[in-house]
Amino acid sequence: MNETTGKQGLHAALTGGIGRRAVLAGAGTLATVAAIGFPNIVRAQSKTLKVGVYGGYFKESFEKHIFPEFSKATGITVEAIAEPTGEAWLVQLEQAARARQAPADVSMMSQVAMLKGASAELWAPFDLSKIPNAAKVVPHLVNKYPDGKVSGIGAVSWYITLVTNTKSYPQAPDSWAALWDPANKDKLGLLALVSNSFLLEVTAATFFGGTKHLDSEQGQLDCFKKLAELKSNVKLWYRDEAQFEASLKSGEIPMGQYYHDVTGLAAADGQPVRSTFPKEGGILDSGSWAVTRASKAGDLAHVFVDYMCQPSIQALLSRKVGTAPTIDRKMTDLTDQEFAAVSSDIAPIIPRYDLYTSKSDWLNQKWTEMIVG
Amino acid sequence: MIRRAPRGLAEHAPILFPALMLVVFFVIPFSLMIAVSVFRRVPGGFYEPDLVFANYERFLTAFFGGVMSFSLGLAALVAALSVGIAFPFTYRLVKLPRRAQIRWLVFLLSILSLSEVIIGFAWSTLLSRTAGITNLFVALGLMAEPQSLSPSFGALLAGLVYQAFPYTVLVLYPALARLDPYLEEAARTLGSSPLRAFFTVVVPALRNTIVATTIMVFVFALGSYLLPQLLGRPQHWTLSVLITDQAIYQSNMPFAAAMAVFLVLVSLALVGLALLAGRREETA
Repeated sequence: MNETTGKQGLHAALTGGIGRRAVLAGAGTLATVAAIGFPNIVRAQSKTLKVGVYGGYFKESFEKHIFPEFSKATGITVEAIAEPTGEAWLVQLEQAARARQAPADVSMMSQVAMLKGASAELWAPFDLSKIPNAAKVVPHLVNKYPDGKVSGIGAVSWYITLVTNTKSYPQAPDSWAALWDPANKDKLGLLALVSNSFLLEVTAATFFGGTKHLDSEQGQLDCFKKLAELKSNVKLWYRDEAQFEASLKSGEIPMGQYYHDVTGLAAADGQPVRSTFPKEGGILDSGSWAVTRASKAGDLAHVFVDYMCQPSIQALLSRKVGTAPTIDRKMTDLTDQEFAAVSSDIAPIIPRYDLYTSKSDWLNQKWTEMIVG
Repeated sequence: MIRRAPRGLAEHAPILFPALMLVVFFVIPFSLMIAVSVFRRVPGGFYEPDLVFANYERFLTAFFGGVMSFSLGLAALVAALSVGIAFPFTYRLVKLPRRAQIRWLVFLLSILSLSEVIIGFAWSTLLSRTAGITNLFVALGLMAEPQSLSPSFGALLAGLVYQAFPYTVLVLYPALARLDPYLEEAARTLGSSPLRAFFTVVVPALRNTIVATTIMVFVFALGSYLLPQLLGRPQHWTLSVLITDQAIYQSNMPFAAAMAVFLVLVSLALVGLALLAGRREETA
C-alpha cells in the first residue's frame, strides 16, 4: 500500500501532475526517513541512480518490491533501466563508455558478460571498505580483476532447469536426457547461444561424467557431436525469452530449458507449467552488480550494492523475485520450504565461464555451424 | 529550363542539401563500418584499431557462403512474390472510385505502422497448433487435427511478403495511377483480350517501375533479421541474423562489420547487374 502511494507520488512529481505542496510534503517525508536511516548520506537524497536489471518480469519485481524500500532507507531515487538478456547489454555499455556515456550506473551482469567486460576494463573497481556487507557474499561470487581489484559483487543467483507443460507431460521428466528422447521430436525450446544456454555443460554432465570433460578440445567436440543429435527435437532456438515463455504456457512448445524463478512464478499464477531439477543438476548461473567506468555516480552505487548484500534483502529477493541468495543461506531467515522453492539439494551444473572467454569465437562458430548446418 | 550542365555554386545549390544528407547518413556510417571491419578482434573482449583481414578470411568459407546464398535467394523470392501480387492488386486499385482507393491506402499505411515484432508474433500465433488457423480447418472438417505450421520456410515467406506488400503497393501506386488509360483502350479496340492487353501493354510500359520496385523490395527483405528468428528454423536464418548475433551477442564488431560490408557489396553488385540488364534490353 505504502509502496504504491510512494511510486505514484514519485510518478506524479516527475510528470508534474500534482500540486507543488504535495511534492514538497513528499520530499520532506523522504528527507526525514533518509536522515533516520543513513544519516551520513542525507545529501544524497536528491540524487538518482540508474540501475540496469533484466527487462520484463525481473524489472517489474525489482520496481515493485525492492527499489521503493531502498529509496525509503537511503533517499536515493532509483531509475530502473530494462536490460536485454545476455551480452547485448554489455556491448551497449561498452560502446556508450567509449563515448563516456553511462546508460545505467550499476547493472546486473551475467558471468560471461562480467568476464568479457573485465578484459576490456569496462568495470570501475569497487572499494570494499565502503561495502561492509560484501564480506557476507559467497567468495566465488565476488568477481575480481587479475590484480585483485573487485570488478563485480554477486547480486542474485538463478537456476536454468528442465521445464515442461503439465498438460502435455503429466509426468515430470527426471533427467536432461529427456532432451534427446526421440519421442520429443519437434517439442523443445532451447536457448540459441552457446554462452547463455550452457548446453555443452549439460551434455558433458549428462553423458560424459561431468563438465571436466570440456577441458580438452576433443571433449568439447564430443559434446558438440552429442548435441547435434538432439537438433531434430528442437522446435525453437530462442534468443527472446518471451517467445519461449508464451509457447511453453500454451503447450505449443511443451518442453525446454528455462529459468526456474520465472517458471515457478508462472506456475503460481495458475499456468500449466513446471520446473524440474534433473538428477544431473540444474544449471546455476548468477548475476553480479557492476559499475561502468563511465558512471559518475560511483558513491551512490556503493550504497546501493551494500544495501543489496544485506541478509534481509537477499531473503526478500528470494521471496519476491524467486532468485537464490548470493550469501550463505544460514545468515538469512529463509525457511526450508522457502529455500527449496528457489534452489535444490542436487549439486548444480556450474557453467565453464573460463571457456567463454578463452575460446569464445571458436565455440560460437562451432555452435552456429551445429545448429544452422 | 537550364539545358546546359549547372555551373558554379549557385546552380549546384539545390543538390547540396541531399548531398550533405547522403554524406552524413550514408557515406560516414559506411566508412566507419569499413574501418571497423579491418580492426583486430580481442578474443573474449572487444576490438582494437588495426589493419587486419582476418575478419574477411573467416567469412570466406562454405558455411557462410551457404548462408549468404540462402539470404540472397530468399530476398529475391520475396521481391518476386511481393511484386507479383502487388502489381495486379495496384492495377485494380487505381481503377476503383477515389473514395475506395483512399480507404485501401489508409489501410495499407496502417499495416506499415506495425512493428516487425508484432508481425512476427501475430504470424506465429496464426500458424500455431494451439491457437492457429488449422483449428479452423479442423472445425470445418478439412483437417483431422490441428497442426503447427510455424516455424517453417513457408511461415517465414508469408511473414516477409506480408511485411513488404504495403511498401510495394505504395511504390507502384503513383506510376500505375499516372499510366495513360488510352494505351490499354487502344489495345482493347484493336481486339486484344484484357489479359493480353495487361501483359503486352501495361506491364512493358511500366517495366522500369517494376524493376525499380523489385530491387527495393529485394534490399528491404535482405535486411530482415527478426522475422527469420521468429518464423524460421535455424537453417532459415539469414546473414543479417548472424550479423546481429556477432554484433549484439558476441561483441565481435569487426567480424559483424566485415559481414555487413560483404552483404552491402554483393547486393550493390546485384542491383547494378539488374540495372545494366534493364538498360541493355532498352537499347536492343
